[in-house]
Amino acid sequence: MTQSILTDIKKAAKKSLKARKDALANTQTQMEVLNGDLFADGELPFFKDKIAETGQFPLKPKTLEVLQINVGYMCNQVCAHCHVDAGPDRKEIMTRETMGQCLEVIRNTGAHTLDLTGGAPEMNPDFRWFVEEASKAGIKDFIVRSNLTIILANKKYHDLPEFFKKHNVHVVSSMPHYTRGKTDKQRGDGVFDKSIKALQMLNEVGYGMPDSNLRLDLVYNPSGAFLPADQAAMEHDFKKALKEDFDIDFHNLFAITNLPISRFLDYLIASDNYEDYMYSLVEAYNPAAVENVMCTNTISVSWDGWLYDCDFNQMLDLKVASKVKHIKHYNDDVLNNRDIIISQHCYGCTAGAGSSCQGTVA
Amino acid sequence: MAKSYYDPADLRKFGNITEWSEELGNKFFDYYGKVFEEGALSAREKSLIALAVSHVVKCPYCIDAYTKDGLQRGITKEEMMEAVHAGAAIESGATLVHGVQMMNKYDKLSM
Repeated sequence: MTQSILTDIKKAAKKSLKARKDALANTQTQMEVLNGDLFADGELPFFKDKIAETGQFPLKPKTLEVLQINVGYMCNQVCAHCHVDAGPDRKEIMTRETMGQCLEVIRNTGAHTLDLTGGAPEMNPDFRWFVEEASKAGIKDFIVRSNLTIILANKKYHDLPEFFKKHNVHVVSSMPHYTRGKTDKQRGDGVFDKSIKALQMLNEVGYGMPDSNLRLDLVYNPSGAFLPADQAAMEHDFKKALKEDFDIDFHNLFAITNLPISRFLDYLIASDNYEDYMYSLVEAYNPAAVENVMCTNTISVSWDGWLYDCDFNQMLDLKVASKVKHIKHYNDDVLNNRDIIISQHCYGCTAGAGSSCQGTVA
Repeated sequence: MAKSYYDPADLRKFGNITEWSEELGNKFFDYYGKVFEEGALSAREKSLIALAVSHVVKCPYCIDAYTKDGLQRGITKEEMMEAVHAGAAIESGATLVHGVQMMNKYDKLSM
């Protein structure tokens, strides 16, 4: 990639695709790319045909285990790879009314994991109220996906580590690399130092310590057009470097593949990496990963209450193929009969050891 | 036919060499895969050796492949460049050590 393209992407990355009125902010345009010549001309197989080879089409849900709720697309960061196209200019925020509908489902669902994401979920003005209410529902694993820098972004967020601890929240945070350069290139200047400081603050209250019940896991996304390597090897490297350089402890590292949608798709096209990247994903296709792909045990809820097979389908506006499409009509049995909606972006979750919000699956 | 000797897209077709000689092609790829598994050396260390050798043998396909492999493994650019220098040092050393042959010959031929 030439330096000028890198500079262009970096400049552009201060705003969301939506704010820039970029063609790829339109989900229809993204779907056209994903269904484009590379697949239509038969050079690479459609995902549907690939999973049909092993009798896995149509993809069906198993028991619901994870309810993932996106409480809004507003974020203090504008990461170059963000599949949500999140940023400070995004105003989509879940209301307390919709949160109430979610709480009703949380209280009655058999799902053992509640997973709050965004944007920066903490920026939702009702975030703390929602966490307090949801934590009373007796969910076994209550995850908040925190980008770390939010803890230092404003005084009002400085006590988040204590707040998380009080509600026994499982913190899952993005950390693209243990070196400053790679982290800042993907997530913005200064993000590395702030992330390190935030991790130290979480460690101080007990998060991530070897024998602690306060879970702190990190998410690794490759900072570029390549796939993640072996999760265990990456975890080993991260643990060693973060401990030696910054005395930071954490529990597990989840290696997550970047899916070719939204801002990462924009980057792939602008840097002339799209075709190679799709080849890499298809070549690394692993039928065993299809078996446990996260859409088979997850329901994703958007800020305005619509239901999706996963957070990626949410960003492509591919609502569940079910009579029940909104949280206010939520029904486990009806939803469990649906076919999961798939397209070529799904190759991102089935490459190599597979990829999900909880890391590898195969 | 392509107008260039090297086409990046040809790297994806590497596996096609088995089409014209299945037995030898498969033996090569089995061997290749085995070499890069974790062993007395880690797969990470072998990736860096492969990157250095790729430069020494000046194989553009190999350079693309092992730069990407290194990125995937979280290998830093400083580590990659040091590996390239290790390869380059051996390559230039191999040239320069022949200087001794030149010196020997020179001395032998001179009165």
